[in-house]
This record gives sequence, C-alpha cells and structure tokens, in this order.
Amino acid sequence: MPRVIYVSAKGDSREVDVPVGATVMSAALKNGIDGIVAECGGVCMCSTCHVFVDEKFFGRLPPAQDTEEAVLEISAEERRPTSRLSCQIKVTEDLDGLIVRLPSRQR
Amino acid sequence: MPAGTVIIGTGQAGFQTAASLREEGYDAPVTLIGEEPHIPYQRPPLSKGFPLGKQGIADIELRPEKFYQDHRIELIAGMRVTALDRAAHSVGLASGSSIRYDKLVLAMGARNRLLPVKGADLDGVLYLRTLDEAIAVRHRLESAAEVVVVGGGFIGLELAAVARGLGKSVTVLEALPRLMSRAVAPVISEFFRDLHVGRGVAVHCGATVSEIAGARGKVRSVLLRDATSHSAELVLVGIGITPNLELARDAGLATANGIVVNDYLETNDPDVFAIGDCVEHPCIFAGARLRLESVQNAAEQAQCAAATIAGRRKPYTALPWFWTDQFDIKLQMAGISHRHDRVVTRGDPATRKFSVFHFQGERLAAIDSINRPLDHMIGRKLIAAGAPLAPEQVADENVDLRTLAPAPGQRAGAPGKN
Repeated sequence: MPRVIYVSAKGDSREVDVPVGATVMSAALKNGIDGIVAECGGVCMCSTCHVFVDEKFFGRLPPAQDTEEAVLEISAEERRPTSRLSCQIKVTEDLDGLIVRLPSRQR
Repeated sequence: MPAGTVIIGTGQAGFQTAASLREEGYDAPVTLIGEEPHIPYQRPPLSKGFPLGKQGIADIELRPEKFYQDHRIELIAGMRVTALDRAAHSVGLASGSSIRYDKLVLAMGARNRLLPVKGADLDGVLYLRTLDEAIAVRHRLESAAEVVVVGGGFIGLELAAVARGLGKSVTVLEALPRLMSRAVAPVISEFFRDLHVGRGVAVHCGATVSEIAGARGKVRSVLLRDATSHSAELVLVGIGITPNLELARDAGLATANGIVVNDYLETNDPDVFAIGDCVEHPCIFAGARLRLESVQNAAEQAQCAAATIAGRRKPYTALPWFWTDQFDIKLQMAGISHRHDRVVTRGDPATRKFSVFHFQGERLAAIDSINRPLDHMIGRKLIAAGAPLAPEQVADENVDLRTLAPAPGQRAGAPGKN
C-alpha cells in the first residue's frame, strides 16, 4: 500500500498507509491527522483540506481542475506554487512516499 | 468536576461543535447526543452520490469512531432528548436518565415537511433527510421504473437527476411557477429546467398535488389539482423542512421560524446556544433575522459557538454559501439574494458557463454560478468585503474579478469577515 507522509505546520510528521484510489484528504480524516478539516466533504466548495505538496511529487500529480484552482484563491493560508486540495489528490502506487505539508490554519 | 458542554444533535452542526471545542482547547466534558442510531455523517451526499450506490456508510462518516474517543467526546447515539430543565441545567433522555450541563448547544436540525394529502402514507412514498431514509430510497430505486418527485427544490431535483441517471422514468412536480424559486434567479431556474428536460425528465411547474392514489396499500399514481395524473411506483417528496424547536419552546426559550439567537448564537438563556438548521439568527448579509439550511451555516455557526463557549467570544459573521449537483452541473451560490433590485449576468447561459450577480444598489448581495467556479470564489470575497461595485464591471467578462477584490487586510466596509 502506498504511504503518505503528513507534516504538520509545527514540523511533526506522520506516515500513513493509504489504499490506492483513496484521497489524501480522506486518509487524513480516517487516520486522525489534525489540520485537515474537509468541511464540504471533498466537493471543491471549501479550502479546508489545503496542503502544500512536496516539490519532488508536485509534478507527478494530474494538474488541478478549474474548480480546484478557484478554491485555492480563498485558502485561509495563502496559496503557494505547490498548493493543492488534498480531496483532489487520489493516491496511486506511483505516489508512494508522497509528502504533504499542512498549513498553519485551514479557516 | 464541571458538567461541561452538552450538545443535542449529531448532524454537521453538533459534530462540528464538539470537534471545535477540542480544537479551541476546551477541557471540560463534551457530550454529543443524537436521535439517529449512527455516528455523525455528511448529509449532502445522501441526495447525490449515495443513492447511486457508489458510496457506503464508511465513505460519508464525518470522522471514524475512534475520533470521538481520541478527543474525549462522549457520543450517545440513538437517544432522544425528551426534556430540558434550564433551572436545573439538565436534559432528560428517553432512557429515563438525565445529564447536567454548564453550557448547552441545541443543534436539533429539522425534519421533513410532510405532504398534506390523502395517500401520503402509502407504501412507496419516501422522504429524504437521514441516512436510514437514503438507504430506503436507494433500495427502492433498484426496482422502481417510474419515479415521481414532488418538489422542485434542491433535494427534489438532485434526486430526480440521480433517478434519471439510473435510467428511471422521472417526473418532477413543483407547485410554484419555477424550480428552486426560493433560492435562485429566474435565469438559473430556466437553465435547470432545460437541463432536466434535455436529459429526459418531465418537469411540471405550477403543479399542486391533490392526492396520492394506490392499490393494496402501495402507491400507484400522483393526482394533481388540475385532475391530471402521473403513474408512479415510487414517489420521492422533497418539499422543505420544519425546524425542530419544540424542546426549546417548551423550555421557555424564544422561538420564531427557528430558535431565536443573538449575534453570539445565544438564546435568551446565556447558558443555552442554538446553531444550524433549527436557528433564526441576525444575518448581517441579509440585514434581517434568517434561518438557513446548509452545511456552511451549520459548520461555521458550530465553530463560532464553540469559540465563545471556550472563552473566545465571537459574533457570527460568516458569509453564507451553498451548492447543488445535478447531472454534470454544479451550481454554486454565495450570499443572500432575498433583497436585490438589480440582476446582471456574466457569461452566456447558452455556453453553460455563466454567473448571475444580485445587486442591492451598489452592494453585491449574492452570486449564483454555473461552471464558473472562479466567479463564485472571488464573489465570496467581494460580497464579504462589502465594497461598492458597479454592476457593469462584473458583467464585463474582460474585467478580471480578482482585480476588484480588496487585498487581504484591506477589507472595506461592513459587512465583513473577521
């Protein structure tokens, strides 16, 4: 099973096994990762699952759709070039070892 | 030992209150009591992906069961609260026991409005609000070929799209002259009518149901006041909700079209808060008392009440937003459009990408967007900022809306976000 590493704003990291096809957001909720809120449940209506994707992995992700790009405009912590919504990142074997950093606030 | 906070209701509002209290560092006991026999789950998917069979219960849980243990939230599911004794600071449960509170949060939600006609109790007439109801709808959709949806609001139309997507023959009956008329501009109603009709849904507006006819206890058809009849094996009713305010009213709390609260979501008893679908609050965007039915309102009122309970007193000023998914179209709405004097459109409805901006004078009051997510998100900033805008500016597609939004920290005027 691919692993995803969540790094909190304080710098603590946690490694989680995520089934292929699950999203980085849903895996965070299932594994009690604080810092991912997911208020809208994963439909690109809120920005509370915002993450910064490690540069090594960012280019391997399918590009963000317009709906996701729009939501990143309203993120609580300002977006950066590697910002994504974790609800839109589906885990694949190729993403094993994916590192995502959590913003200091989601709302 | 303190009694802590007791929250009644395990919907989005109740869940979020408990979660936010812990995020705020609140250390006293937190007890979350709900009538439904499930751990808190998301309601929006129930009328969208869930009936298609794509999602299981585990997919829509707000958090796994372990979350409640880890955060010392005592979850009492499947339990009705039968009494509120404000003098004793306690609530009575259907089990006969009672629980004391220091602070009480009423997140009681709402229940379906029932169709007040003969035959509404026949087998095959279903409503949708809870997970159990959604499971029943999903089960019935497996076998029914002819589906009649009563109510052309969000829930009815989402269910119509789901049923049609499953290949059913679908008819929508709406009593008012247009679809979703309470929430959106006429041009949006027309767009969705065309969308549904184009996908093979029969849509009848101005259609008042007079009776549901059946045989051997099972539904057979829906009769209208104009004497037409629509045959049905399954009738799905989505005609709105009624707030659950009886417990509050019987305890002497002020109620109107919801439990009445102040800017801090406090009832007329400072130890009792009320949030979510069951509440009428002073809405700064409407300039009036308002009861809202949405995830945004439930979740953000919950965070606000939790902050105040945890000692960080905070008024509720969040911008309302909503969405609906029907077929492959997402409609995004921001703000409150009740009082507007001018409507302008950005983009051409024929391209299936457009937004409708509702103005009250120079104040942008609300936006309805179809396939223009950036309009919606920037629109939220524009409405929250309350800065004056010219309708001509937003109607001009050559104007980048982002250039109209004030930079963070420069949010001008009220109403504003804090």
